[in-house]
Amino acid sequence: MKNPLKNSALGITLISILLGLFVGALILLFIGYNPIEAYSVMLNGIFGSVRYLSWTIIYATPIILTGLSVAFAFKTGLFNIGAEGQYIVGALTAALVGYYVPMPTLLHIPFVLICSITAGSLWGSIAGYLKARFGVNEVISTIMLNWIALYLNNFFVLNEKIKRPGSEATNKILDSAKIIFFDVWKKSPDGQAFRKAHPFFNDIFRTPANAGFLIAILAAVLVLLILNKTTLGYSLKAVGFNKDAAEFGGINIKSSMISSMAIAGGLSGLAGAVQVTGFTREASALAAMEGYGFEGISVALIGANNPIGCVLAGLFYGALKYGGSKIQPRIGAPYEIISIIMGTIVLFIAMPKLIRMMKITKKKEAE
Amino acid sequence: MKKLSILLAVVFALTLVGCNKQKAEVAAPAEEKPMEVVKTSVVMVTDVGGVNDQSFNQSAWEGLQKAQKDLDINVSYKESKQNADYMPNMESVLDDGNDLIWGIGFMMADAILEAAQNNPDQYYAIIDNAYEDTPSNLVGVVFEAEQASYLVGYIAGRMTQTGKVGFIGGIKFFLIEEFEYGFKAGVKQAGADIEVFTQYAESFTDAAKGKSIANSMYQQGADIIFHAAGGVGNGLIEAAKEQGKWAIGVDRDQNDLAPDNVLTSAMKRVDNGIYNLSKELAEGNFPGGTTVAYGLAEGGVGIAPTSSKHVPADILAEVEMLEKKIIAGEFVVPNTADTLAAYKVVDLK
Amino acid sequence: MNNYDFDQIAVEMKGITQKFGSLVANDNIDLTVHKGEVHALLGENGAGKTTLVNSLYGLYHPTSGDIFINGEKVVMDTPNVAIGHGIGMVHQHFMLIKPFTVVENIILGKETHKHGVLDMERATKEVMELSERYGLTIDPTACIQDITVGMQQRVEILKTLYRGADILILDEPTAVLTPQEILDLIKIINNLTDQGKTIIIITHKLKEIKDVADFCTIIRRGKKIDTVKVADVSESDLASMMVGREVSFKVDKEESEPGDIVLEVNDLHVKDNRDIPAVEGLSLKVRRGEILGIAGVDGNGQNELVDALTGIRKAESGEVLVNGNNILGLNPRGILDHKVSTIPQDRQKRGLVLEYSIAENIIIENYKKAPFSRKGWLNFPAIREYARKLVKEFDVRPDDENYISGSLSGGNQQKVIIAREISNNPDLLIAVQPTRGLDVGAIEYVHKALVAQRDKGKAVLLISLELDEVINVSDRIGVIYEGKIVGEVKAEGADENEIGLMMAGGSNS
Repeated sequence: MKNPLKNSALGITLISILLGLFVGALILLFIGYNPIEAYSVMLNGIFGSVRYLSWTIIYATPIILTGLSVAFAFKTGLFNIGAEGQYIVGALTAALVGYYVPMPTLLHIPFVLICSITAGSLWGSIAGYLKARFGVNEVISTIMLNWIALYLNNFFVLNEKIKRPGSEATNKILDSAKIIFFDVWKKSPDGQAFRKAHPFFNDIFRTPANAGFLIAILAAVLVLLILNKTTLGYSLKAVGFNKDAAEFGGINIKSSMISSMAIAGGLSGLAGAVQVTGFTREASALAAMEGYGFEGISVALIGANNPIGCVLAGLFYGALKYGGSKIQPRIGAPYEIISIIMGTIVLFIAMPKLIRMMKITKKKEAE
Repeated sequence: MKKLSILLAVVFALTLVGCNKQKAEVAAPAEEKPMEVVKTSVVMVTDVGGVNDQSFNQSAWEGLQKAQKDLDINVSYKESKQNADYMPNMESVLDDGNDLIWGIGFMMADAILEAAQNNPDQYYAIIDNAYEDTPSNLVGVVFEAEQASYLVGYIAGRMTQTGKVGFIGGIKFFLIEEFEYGFKAGVKQAGADIEVFTQYAESFTDAAKGKSIANSMYQQGADIIFHAAGGVGNGLIEAAKEQGKWAIGVDRDQNDLAPDNVLTSAMKRVDNGIYNLSKELAEGNFPGGTTVAYGLAEGGVGIAPTSSKHVPADILAEVEMLEKKIIAGEFVVPNTADTLAAYKVVDLK
Repeated sequence: MNNYDFDQIAVEMKGITQKFGSLVANDNIDLTVHKGEVHALLGENGAGKTTLVNSLYGLYHPTSGDIFINGEKVVMDTPNVAIGHGIGMVHQHFMLIKPFTVVENIILGKETHKHGVLDMERATKEVMELSERYGLTIDPTACIQDITVGMQQRVEILKTLYRGADILILDEPTAVLTPQEILDLIKIINNLTDQGKTIIIITHKLKEIKDVADFCTIIRRGKKIDTVKVADVSESDLASMMVGREVSFKVDKEESEPGDIVLEVNDLHVKDNRDIPAVEGLSLKVRRGEILGIAGVDGNGQNELVDALTGIRKAESGEVLVNGNNILGLNPRGILDHKVSTIPQDRQKRGLVLEYSIAENIIIENYKKAPFSRKGWLNFPAIREYARKLVKEFDVRPDDENYISGSLSGGNQQKVIIAREISNNPDLLIAVQPTRGLDVGAIEYVHKALVAQRDKGKAVLLISLELDEVINVSDRIGVIYEGKIVGEVKAEGADENEIGLMMAGGSNS
């Protein structure tokens, strides 16, 4: 009973991805570029070297986590548009705690991560509380909270006492807070010598390869466990599916909404922390939303709100973002083509009916 | 059913073979490419504004395109969408084998410096940043924006009828403050008792905020407002249009946005800067390890050519005189609060 | 009745088989409907009646079998094909746009227009003509949200007629109607057949079949049992064909032996959603080992009473004692902990999480307790084992505890709820409309279950709109009117007319 359903969801996703790439190819053709050339540049830009793969993973990491955040909320009946804001709050927290609270590495990293998760959780639970207490639609409140987070971030980052002189960003976090693999060693003479001797590792060490991806996978497993194996997940899902029945069954639906948004917010906050401690090492003033949260919505959609699906979808999106950006300088086709492909994929996934219809007609033709 | 699946398998296998072939065909010329390249190639990496930002990224790309035509070099660009893109973008343009890599905008200062340190054999250059200690393969290009600001400040001071003018900045930091102090010095030159309203929008994109700041300055009696605030300035120009007041543009000649209301613009010729340096590179004279300042003398900054539309000839003549004095080094235009305080009015005769 | 013409076959379905995965919903079913007849499809919930008509209406595509309309073979790809062949369907749940007027709803999708501009005048005229011809009186300008359910059903019927339907499928048309409305509907059906329309009616109410249908096809577990001429068979014949065994309509029960008071409600006041008092000074008592039935017309405070008793809604004032403890103001969890279990009125809204499996629904009130979970981790083997036991014990079909609840038939969904609530071993069992929408077999089952609880010494509060049910099952009957219990009688030998009068507000107490 269950399996065909799952398969068809996966099938729809794969068909949507193919359709997205196909539409992208058509558009490339239409504006005068060779799509095969463009896609091979992209593929080569993703798989061409270990370094590219490392970058792809670095690109995928934050959006896997924001994707998990959106997917978790969605599983519990809430639409978390606020992943963006929760990400910003988490990133800012990581940058501040990573610089101002010196600690030994073994303590500092978990401390930074926990602080960011907490900050993201609190940010998310504001929307949960507003919904539980006053019935404010979480879509509206999280959109608002995104902007508040953005300006809060700029308020802190641009504060004379906080910002790094001559920049629009905070001070770089301390080495003890970084999750970048061998960050100090790889720049030391020892490390340099090792890198000379081992081109494979040198390739990886040229990128800020970091533990973020492992953290993201851990988070995905955790989300999977919470949703499917715990009483918490059981009750949150029940509220998501049918809050009347859940309420009747004695589940406190108000506190469920708040916990659900808090967990979703924590995941997005973690995304921000991982990005700062693993890559950017600072929080910068934002002229506009960076889009990690919104990309998370796409990831969750493509991943069918399944935690493992989010990991795969995040990698896919990350690969497209990183590899796709190489199309422009090489053959001149605009980078926007990547956004078009992603948009098309999401659009097709959002209308599974169309694909099912296509399947039915195909079946008929086959008969 | 069985037959069908066999058929499908065969078709699938065939397409796979087909794909491989195609791939091989495409891959081959790609490998040969670097061998063919003998031309100098220059690439620029934009900041998050993107290549069509109506501002310095766009101007930079125009400069590169001009260089492509005049100097017969290869040019390309790579856009950054997020702050996190700077580092990987630097890397991937490095992989492409370019002779010179440009970073457009001071936001990329760290990424460029790191890349230059890691790849000592590669030339880099950056717009709008001066390093304290510049590696020998890197050039910082800065613009003496205070000089152009000074000239438009003088025009504003001479033309105001209310004795009040305004300055709207984007985000308050040294690059933008240079505009402010240069402008204020120019106003001071025109008349010591002219009041200058100053406000920073804390944004480079929020046009609505720009408009509301402009409206309130106009209400307080200002009749000419200068901005150094990117997209925020679009709000100012809109307000000027609605209220029938003057606005002064920045970076490029913004008169096209409101022909009857943009009095003049303090131009910053990023295109010229890019063009000149690319030319020096092509000629084998890359000034690595230095910071190049483009001022009035080098044609790196200046007032807009459309200024003559609205500014009377006698004032323009005075402006020209001041410009000559600056080029001749008779005085230095202030670019900080301290130098502004110390500024003494120049005798025009 | 008797308008049918044996020479003209309107609908013929031959060898229809419909499989969903491993489930065979229809197994080689034949159906022949003559022009102008009223043909009833009778079967328990989940027997496959709706599946069959959905195939006819183009909503499902049968795995095998052919459909002929007026002798012509038709492949029903979509409902549009069916509509094109003069088939119209009135679903159990109406598909109307509430803020639109009657006429707007009827012409939706087939609007009359003049040069692209909606011609409401002509549309109204056409609709009124139809309504007069078939005796379907309506107010064309009223908004759907303002008219009664019975009227809404007329709008649905008119909608199909407006699209030129000659063959009308009515899916459980009486499930939502009051007795008076049912009488009106029967008149309408007769009018329609007088004018040559053919009617296929899905129902499990035997009395209505006797009242309205010419022929009846009985379906049991996906298979056709027989097609009979209704005039030739009795209600109990139909019932045993449908269920596959003898069915008793009477609830057999011993004299009750009431014990201590379990539930005592004193002077309860509750407001409804619009902030208008709905329960106004209601008092009642239920003892161990007895069933108190609450009879009353819908909307006299029953819903608000139940909401207050279960902790969903705050009461204004009063007292609700369970075993002497005041439970008023507690949340649903707290009330459950006082050994109060409730079979809710709307099993799909309040009763079940339809996306959850049977097992997951069974533990919804106890998931935090051992052995179903330990330290926040669910213990699935224990949950499944417990659920499997209940599924067997309460004869839920299919007997698979991992089956998704939403795919169960209504009767089996109700069994899951009853299994869950009874297995809580409550002191007080509140049953609200426990047989709504169920077929005879399932109704019998539910009634027996309630009596069995009583016999185990539980207190049972039965709230139902079906007077027959209240009289049959209860030991005592309280009549609710305008938020108060206005009278109480013993169920044994109760006079239906007397109760009916009290329900209507006539004084007798």
